[in-house]
Amino acid sequence: MDKVQNNKAWFLVLPVLVLVAFSAVIPLMTVVNYSVQDTFGNNVFFWEGLGWFQEVLTSPQVHSAFGRQLMFSGIILAIQIPLGIAIALCMPKRGFWASVCLVLMALPLLIPWNVVGTIWQILGRADIGLIGYTLDILNINWNYSRNPVHAWIIVVTMDVWHWTSLVALLAYAGLQSIPQAYYQAAKIDQASRWKVFRYIELPKMQGVLLIAILLRFMDSFMIYTEPFVVTGGGPGTATSFLSIDLVKMALGQFDLGPAAAFSIMYFLVILLVSWVFYTVMTNLDKAEGR
Amino acid sequence: MAVTTDTYTAPARSFALPKIRTRHVVMVLYLAFMLIPIYWLVKMSLQTNREIMGSFTLWPQNPTLDNYRTILTDRSWYIGYINSITYVVMNTVLSLAVALSAAYAFSRYRFIGDKHLFFWLLTNRMAPPAVFALPFFQLYSSVGLFDTHIAVALAHTLFNVPLAVWILEGFMRGVPKEIDETAYIDGYSFPRFFVKIFMPLIASGIGVAAFFCFMFSWVELLLSRTLTAVNAQPITSIMTRTVGASGIDWGVLAAAGVLTIVPGALVIYFVRNYIAKGFALGRV
Repeated sequence: MDKVQNNKAWFLVLPVLVLVAFSAVIPLMTVVNYSVQDTFGNNVFFWEGLGWFQEVLTSPQVHSAFGRQLMFSGIILAIQIPLGIAIALCMPKRGFWASVCLVLMALPLLIPWNVVGTIWQILGRADIGLIGYTLDILNINWNYSRNPVHAWIIVVTMDVWHWTSLVALLAYAGLQSIPQAYYQAAKIDQASRWKVFRYIELPKMQGVLLIAILLRFMDSFMIYTEPFVVTGGGPGTATSFLSIDLVKMALGQFDLGPAAAFSIMYFLVILLVSWVFYTVMTNLDKAEGR
Repeated sequence: MAVTTDTYTAPARSFALPKIRTRHVVMVLYLAFMLIPIYWLVKMSLQTNREIMGSFTLWPQNPTLDNYRTILTDRSWYIGYINSITYVVMNTVLSLAVALSAAYAFSRYRFIGDKHLFFWLLTNRMAPPAVFALPFFQLYSSVGLFDTHIAVALAHTLFNVPLAVWILEGFMRGVPKEIDETAYIDGYSFPRFFVKIFMPLIASGIGVAAFFCFMFSWVELLLSRTLTAVNAQPITSIMTRTVGASGIDWGVLAAAGVLTIVPGALVIYFVRNYIAKGFALGRV
């Protein structure tokens, strides 16, 4: 749709601008402020320069948290994207059962994140939880609050349960937009199921899948509540991801300087991914308009 | 060449029938995976704590609604739901009110800096709440809004306003511009046109945006927990504090969890076809 050039539209955007400026720009400026200053209390601050940034960048604790975070996001994407596509391909195309599947699949997406954590915390317990108890019967020495590997398994399983449906729903929406004529043409050409997927379905899903990958990367990259409730970041620091570390630093120990420097670098990563996301979106819109 | 393709496709066709069955099996397994954890929570909510700890059962032996009764009669529990709903509704109304006009501007006009602004909104949706927790705490403490519903409602606009703008813009671009032009020729003023003609046209979009604002505010924990202490404490925060205490009443905790799922489960049917669109910020 060709839009009209009209700078008066700014007035329509103004309320959003004011509101989001209040809830985003002011806090961000506070963060920037803290990141370059130090204090001995009593609200007396002095210039610190880039000291905090150096400290955070060279801190082994931050490095390992970043490594864990990347590994977590990597595992999540590696499981959820293929699984989501597979589920989307298996879903009924239309009718009553399609609605049933949509509703049931979307349920985990709408559960408060700490309730998701609570559910899996309970499920994993050997005394009252289904999974823990079953593993216990199978004679597996299961203890996710002691064993780091078990903690990872439960956190990853939880996230797969929580968010795979999002990928599936997006992929499903992409599949729905493929005209029936494409499949008929493929049938006439006697294309195999794999070729239909590779040359018809996958290219048509490309746009939505990119959105899905970016959304899942972003949200897994800033995950806080669920692992916090299930493992509390433990055992040790095995499952303490960037957000958990940051909250500990900022609200637990009130290390304002390092926390602020940490926040800014965290935010830069987000900014970069957002930019990729935005580019994908606008290219998608252009392709649609053609 | 033709012979090889024939021999190749023949087995593929005879496999067509079992293939449909595989699909069903995968789907059933996946749905079971989705539902079993929720079932487990519901099951525990119907048991007494003694029964939960005493013996391992797959379904409640003596189903009881005592846990729900505890929550609905104990003020320290049910006040959490009231607090949550209060700030969630405030946030939804606020977000939609400002987002409607902005989304209209983005979908209809080009103006200086529009693309940058749209991108900047997106970065706020993507921003980790952990980054904002401490500054929010200080900001709202300094203006005397700490531990009020409005503080949480304002804090959640951080990600909900961008979300609402993007979703609404996605719906609005589907409305042909000729409708606007015809209305103006007919002598409608902009506000009258917007309320009388345009808003009914994107009613489903507004509904979907409202649903997602409600949902994302409802499920959020970190900011709402950081910004409240007693008076505006949300149910999600009350739940995590119970987890930390010794001698947890699992039954009551499970019942509280089940009650937080109810609002989403009630309206999910109406937005089922837009869920993907909402989560993908109005695209797809």
